[in-house]
Amino acid sequence: MPDLGLNVLFEGSNFLRLLLGLWVTVKISLLSVSLSIILGFFLGILMTGKHPLIRILSTLYLEFVRIMPQLVLLFLVYFGLTKAFHVNLSGTASAILVFVLWGTAEMGDLVRSALISIPKHQYESASALGMTTPQVYRYIIAPQTLRRLLPLAINLTTRMIKTTSLVALIGVVEVLKVGQQIIEANRFHAPTAAMGIYGTIFLLYFLVCFLFSRLAKQAERYGKD
Amino acid sequence: MKRAKTILTLLLSVSFTLLLLASCGGKEPSASEGSPQAPSGNPARTLSQIKESGKIIIGVFSDKAPFGYVDSNGTYQGYDVYFGNRIAKDLGVAAEYVSVEPASRVEYLVTGKVDLILANFTVTEERAQAVDFALPYMKVALGVVSPTNALITAPEQLSGKTLIVAKGTTAEMFFTKNYPEVKLLKFDQYTEAYEALLDGRGDAFSTDNTEVLAWALQNQGYTVGIERLGNLDIIAPAVQKGNTELLGWLNEEIVSLASEQFFHGNFEATLAPVYGDSVDPDNLVVEGGKLD
Repeated sequence: MPDLGLNVLFEGSNFLRLLLGLWVTVKISLLSVSLSIILGFFLGILMTGKHPLIRILSTLYLEFVRIMPQLVLLFLVYFGLTKAFHVNLSGTASAILVFVLWGTAEMGDLVRSALISIPKHQYESASALGMTTPQVYRYIIAPQTLRRLLPLAINLTTRMIKTTSLVALIGVVEVLKVGQQIIEANRFHAPTAAMGIYGTIFLLYFLVCFLFSRLAKQAERYGKD
Repeated sequence: MKRAKTILTLLLSVSFTLLLLASCGGKEPSASEGSPQAPSGNPARTLSQIKESGKIIIGVFSDKAPFGYVDSNGTYQGYDVYFGNRIAKDLGVAAEYVSVEPASRVEYLVTGKVDLILANFTVTEERAQAVDFALPYMKVALGVVSPTNALITAPEQLSGKTLIVAKGTTAEMFFTKNYPEVKLLKFDQYTEAYEALLDGRGDAFSTDNTEVLAWALQNQGYTVGIERLGNLDIIAPAVQKGNTELLGWLNEEIVSLASEQFFHGNFEATLAPVYGDSVDPDNLVVEGGKLD
């Protein structure tokens, strides 16, 4: 077996630092995902409406955020806000703001598509039974939408977790950056460490994302009953 | 149905406004137009503000050993950091290091997010328009590494031969401009370039001399035949444009440190363990901001 340089991982507090980096990654993505799901839900309902102004605005917002690379958004918020408005956000705050903006747009579109995929007769039958609009949404539409939404939302979550590696560029040291720091610090006495460190990071990312998809599977099964 | 949507619209706009307000409200700059130059970002902190706060915020690389890196205990180390620690000590404050990337160094200063950049910052004309450089504390030139049994000791020996370079480096620009008769084999990444040299796909490889010198130490059978080539690039601390007070202090500091040969000591402490005897400190270190 080739030398993977795994011993580097256990020098000093390297492994602990990797885990702390992972915590930064998970913290940013979980906060952003929860906020995005709440805000995205409202946005999605709005987007199914027929008001032309709301439609245009939400489409503009969605396309803008979707077309812009997340890195550009990060720079815009972290450096741009300071430059233009003297607003000095920390790296982590900027990252969460950008991911919430992005996640809300994506989530809104997912909610919209889940909502319009519910056949019209579901609404009509519910109304025919004498339910009020909030009741229709609460008892008929929401449960069906949620079930359709779950896999898509998990997909967005794992994508977000992976995209957090960009925040290193605005000075937030997350798991990937810690890994690169460890590799570079040992460049001269353990040049082969890259393989082992990147492999470990791969495993860490995998474990976190896998945990989420397992949870989603459970929730899906639970939702079916 | 209609009413529900109106309410939702309201809710959404309120939450967005709140979000915006929350992000704005945090740090409303007090009297931000105080400085005469009124730079576009937050104004840099003055020397007394830095001393009052008890810490100086310094942007360094966290993954460029041996110049700026984080050791296995999570502490910042390296040639740049050694200097940063001394600056903090002489100011009587603690040093707080921020990890920066090559492309974001100027922005960090422009927006006042750091007081000082010590991240292997090469002085160029373009950069000097955006930030203020203090006196240099290091210099780098190009180096050329080749197999010891077919050593290249002068650029003229390369005509008709293949030279490996990394794209976008000063080496690529230098040889394209000055030695067009040299065939260039270009790669995106350093690792690819080094592998090409090991495979014999080129006769030599050129990049910053610090890089090739460190690499030649690790790879037997390869020697740096040309240690200094092309324009000398100088590396200096940088502060926000117009922060003359900090700049002046830094320049005095660098001049006064020459009396104790501080940067030679820095070399011994941080670079010598890596380069050993393969590098003459005088080829890298600048004392008192004076280039020879």
